[in-house]
Amino acid sequence: MALEIIDSCVNCWACVPVCPNDAIYQAQPHFLIDADKCTECVGDHDEAQCASICPIEGAILDELGDALNPPGSLTGILLSAGELPSSIPQDIR
Amino acid sequence: MDLPVLFNDPPASPSGGCAANSCGSSDDQLGHLPEAIRDKVFNHPCYSEDAHHYFARMHVAVAPACNIQCHYCNRKYDCANESRPGVVSEVLSPEQAVKKVKAVAAAIPQMSVLGIAGPGDPLANPQRTFDTFRMLSEQTPDIKLCVSTNGLSLPESVEELSKHNIDHVTITINCVDPEVGAKIYPWIFWQNRRIRGIEAARILIEQQQRGLEMLVERGILVKVNSVLIPGVNDEHLKEVSRIVKEKGAFLHNVMPLIAEAEHGTFYGLTGQREPSHAELQALQDACAGDMNMMRHCRQCRADAVGLLGEDRGAEFTLDKIDAMEIDYAAAMETRARVHADIAEELAQRRQHGPAPVPILQASGPTALMAVATKGGGLVNEHFGHAREFLIYEASPAGVRFIGHRRVETPYCEGDSSCGEGESALAKIIDALEGCRAVLCAKVGYEPWSALENAGIQPNGEHALEPIEEAVLALYQELLEAGKLTDDVAQQRQSA
Repeated sequence: MALEIIDSCVNCWACVPVCPNDAIYQAQPHFLIDADKCTECVGDHDEAQCASICPIEGAILDELGDALNPPGSLTGILLSAGELPSSIPQDIR
Repeated sequence: MDLPVLFNDPPASPSGGCAANSCGSSDDQLGHLPEAIRDKVFNHPCYSEDAHHYFARMHVAVAPACNIQCHYCNRKYDCANESRPGVVSEVLSPEQAVKKVKAVAAAIPQMSVLGIAGPGDPLANPQRTFDTFRMLSEQTPDIKLCVSTNGLSLPESVEELSKHNIDHVTITINCVDPEVGAKIYPWIFWQNRRIRGIEAARILIEQQQRGLEMLVERGILVKVNSVLIPGVNDEHLKEVSRIVKEKGAFLHNVMPLIAEAEHGTFYGLTGQREPSHAELQALQDACAGDMNMMRHCRQCRADAVGLLGEDRGAEFTLDKIDAMEIDYAAAMETRARVHADIAEELAQRRQHGPAPVPILQASGPTALMAVATKGGGLVNEHFGHAREFLIYEASPAGVRFIGHRRVETPYCEGDSSCGEGESALAKIIDALEGCRAVLCAKVGYEPWSALENAGIQPNGEHALEPIEEAVLALYQELLEAGKLTDDVAQQRQSA
């Protein structure tokens, strides 16, 4: 059970200090999550901390490979263009 | 009649409290402040309009993480060529930052202030920020420390901030109404959750206001930065100004929104417009009745180095610093000497004020004048080399500093062989919109006629004179020559 950072990461560091397991480390070309340390914050927090502070849509995936912050969910830019996929849960709109 | 040199307050502002020139001080907008505060900020280039001509500052980019999203910010901040807040070339560790500060302070003895301003939020990186402050307090005790924050984590950080003897904090406050805030901040990270919309803005505003109050209680000076976003918070900023002044902020800095599509920000991508020069000035004037306003802010990068308006960051990259041999003790002595000399010069200027200039006509229009300067408070930059122009407003009531206008490419750096020189000039003339004259050390023949055709009188005759005196003198010359009537400007523009 672990989350994954993919190449849309902009290396902004926001996730590093909020990880309760020190699982996130600087790497090239972008930060990575140590799968052995990541607990998806279960037991520590209700929400995965890295995904809750990440400003980039689609940069953090869950263990199924789904984006925790899907397109349009943070910037609202797609929202205004009417392109928000219907798969996005209501509570993050 | 003698013309006073006014600073900050518009000449006709009835609510501006005592005018700077009647308060026994004619130095700058800080003339309003109690002596104790002026002593604290006289050498801080970001707080004192006077100091920024002489003292240098630097930012170290040790604080990349951020806990909120602003619609004017793109968090992909790594860029060498852009000059605006939130942009840096390399993130430093606290140890690297200390090394850089010491190298810069040795090479630029005018350096008086070290700030941490990002590129994220310093207080969202408390370990890195406070490690840096702790080491600098020990190793460069003569350098002032300051920090700039969005305010979300401010209340919990005030205790630690006061330990490091940081006597200046800047809080960015764009609103005091959550409904306005929801249009500026899409979300915040708060108590382990992402919070959105009006609720997010409400929490952020509460934290900012509480942090402001706590800092003032502890005697830490607070400056408030606001970004002017047309149609979003423009009218609202007057209320922000009133409230933060009531709570004890000593300076308000209203900055124009920067929103270009290529910056990739929400506002840039959605076509939110930037304010015009005139809109910015009008709002600053409206707020000035309630507040000491700051007008010389250059909206610099989170890793800027040097005098305000210049950036020597490229001279101090980590590998270049490694190659430098520095005698830190000697550097600190040099700094002390240079700072004392500047302090003396400023004190003399304050005491004597600028030379009185006689005026023949008691009535005349208000005119904006642009000045090319390299610093030192003098008209001392060539037109073709200027990367920015300072803007002064002259009228029979005196002269006051209004702000600055940046130019993308100085005239002499445009390649005239492929037409770039001409387009650089056209852009500079656009940037000088509304100005009746431009004072510089020298102006070439070609830009001279283009400026004249645009209704902007070029002038190189006041080269090396103190800026305010030169502006006043030129104002009178133009007034007497009948060149300041609206007809003349219109004729030229239509010619």
